[in-house]
Amino acid sequence: MSLEAVFLGLIVLPLLGGCLAFLSRPLALPANLVVAVGQLICAFELARTVMAQGPLSYKVGGWDAPLGVNLYADGLTAMMLVMVAVVGGTIVLYTAGAMRSIKDDTYDQQLFWPINLLLLASLNALFLSGDIFNLYVTLELLTLSAVALIGLVGTVDALTAALRYLLVAISASLLYLLGVALLYSIYGTVDWHLLGDQIQVDQVKGDQASLLAIALIVSGLLLKTAVFPLHFWLPPAHSSAPTAASALLSALVLKASFYIILRLWFSVFPYAEFQNAGTLLTTLGVAAILWGSLQAINQTQLKAMVAYSTVAQVGYLFLVFSLASDAAVAWDAWSATVLFAVSHAVGKAAVFLAAGSLQYATGSKQIDSLAGIAREQPVTVLAFATAGVVLIGLPPSGAFVAKWLLLQSAIASGQWPLAAVILTGGVLAAIYVFRVLSLSLLRCEPRESCEPRETRPVPRLMQYATLGLAIVAITLGMMASPMMELLKVDAPFSANPFSADPVSVSTFREVAP
Amino acid sequence: MTYVTMYALTGTVLIGVGLFGTTTCSHLLRKIIGLNVMGAGTFLVLIALARRTTDPLPDPVPHAMVLTGIVVAVSASALALALLRRYYRETGRTDLKPTLQKPRIARKDSHES
Repeated sequence: MSLEAVFLGLIVLPLLGGCLAFLSRPLALPANLVVAVGQLICAFELARTVMAQGPLSYKVGGWDAPLGVNLYADGLTAMMLVMVAVVGGTIVLYTAGAMRSIKDDTYDQQLFWPINLLLLASLNALFLSGDIFNLYVTLELLTLSAVALIGLVGTVDALTAALRYLLVAISASLLYLLGVALLYSIYGTVDWHLLGDQIQVDQVKGDQASLLAIALIVSGLLLKTAVFPLHFWLPPAHSSAPTAASALLSALVLKASFYIILRLWFSVFPYAEFQNAGTLLTTLGVAAILWGSLQAINQTQLKAMVAYSTVAQVGYLFLVFSLASDAAVAWDAWSATVLFAVSHAVGKAAVFLAAGSLQYATGSKQIDSLAGIAREQPVTVLAFATAGVVLIGLPPSGAFVAKWLLLQSAIASGQWPLAAVILTGGVLAAIYVFRVLSLSLLRCEPRESCEPRETRPVPRLMQYATLGLAIVAITLGMMASPMMELLKVDAPFSANPFSADPVSVSTFREVAP
Repeated sequence: MTYVTMYALTGTVLIGVGLFGTTTCSHLLRKIIGLNVMGAGTFLVLIALARRTTDPLPDPVPHAMVLTGIVVAVSASALALALLRRYYRETGRTDLKPTLQKPRIARKDSHES
């Protein structure tokens, strides 16, 4: 398969599939399945090539920057694309199972299919973007499809959450766009490679305009990543959306804006000069871990609990900004953060899907109604437990390896408080995961100790898709070493085994701009 | 003051006004209009930045960005207005009520699916 087809396939395939799914109802599900498979093949092919040949670049239509769109793929990109393909594919299977047997007349379920594909297309395009303006466009596309997914159910809660998310996300995007405009006016380029080189040469320190631009970009992205205290929109949005949408939002959409922060901070901005800002970001992360976990423990509704757990887990991603200031541990901290993001994406998607199945089975949103549910829903409870291990960060999950590396970096760089927070976060996560598990494993002897209730059977496909994703999540730790190898391709803090210039895969004749 | 500076300053003021409106007004339509004002301000700044060099021809790249930005802003406003209409139809309200989770008291009886 030619690499050009891989690049285009990742973006064009879901985009075309989305339009098709919108126009023709009977073709919606087949289109989703085809895209899920095609995306998986393309993502793995891209990862394999990046591993073998180094970073790749693709000029769409042969047009070079500044007017053309440059796509770019390195280890981090490939890793994110594989994550999207695996999680997105499983969610398609789960939803297919859910829709075949569950009829919900309160809203038009079929609309999920086209929006899902548009969301996947914008995610893929975002991770492949080689310039910061293109990142803005894809981020907006992502926001619009995410808002549509949240509001899909049409209940008052969902509409409120969707509107609130939309207002927050658009303001955030405009802040980001303003930052991009300022950076372009100073450095004359939006390509983030060139921009990074320019900024290193020019030494932005003291340059008010650049600092303002960076501040605008980062604050816009922080708002979108829902880091404490900007997380207020997340729990209602993620808990009132349909289950498949919650999983997509928590697992993938949040990672997209975090990916941009991570990419820009360490590859473009002169992070070494921003130690105080880095410490501030890490402090927000620490607050997110503690506050999010405590709120999760305090919830009475299952999906709200899982949503607050996302607030907490996002916090871990921000520890890197302070840890990376010590060059000796920078690579460990950076790669651990990416590993944590991937691991959380897979694990949290599985937890949300399991929570959705349990909610469907009991017909109630409350955690209390789960008493003894393991008797009726053994597979789903097993999936919840398996993925819950990932949230706590126990071996052999990827989160364990990631937390271990973060812990090591924190200790090696003498940042003891961070080590304490990482460990406390794990204990708090154990509390909210075990609270659900112990309740669902309750033996009702005598029977009267449990409230009498009727549970609905959950379709097989929903159960096993969730379990499969949970198993991937828990075994990620064993795949940590090939993942690290992939990440090394053109990563900051790591000796790049390939030449710095990406291999161009364009077959078009170059067109002079 | 050149007219380029005037554009840039007007843009900045508009961004401020828009941000203020979006954050302080409670009426949702005002919030959406605030976002649009903010967007218009951002675009004005971009247009002014196209004239940053002494070159007699303005830089086309910011213009291309503004065009793309307008398309995005229009679709976002359309989605926001559609959501607002639906929200109004369901609730009869034009402002967002707080949806934060209530603490665990007095929630036992709600067993909605």
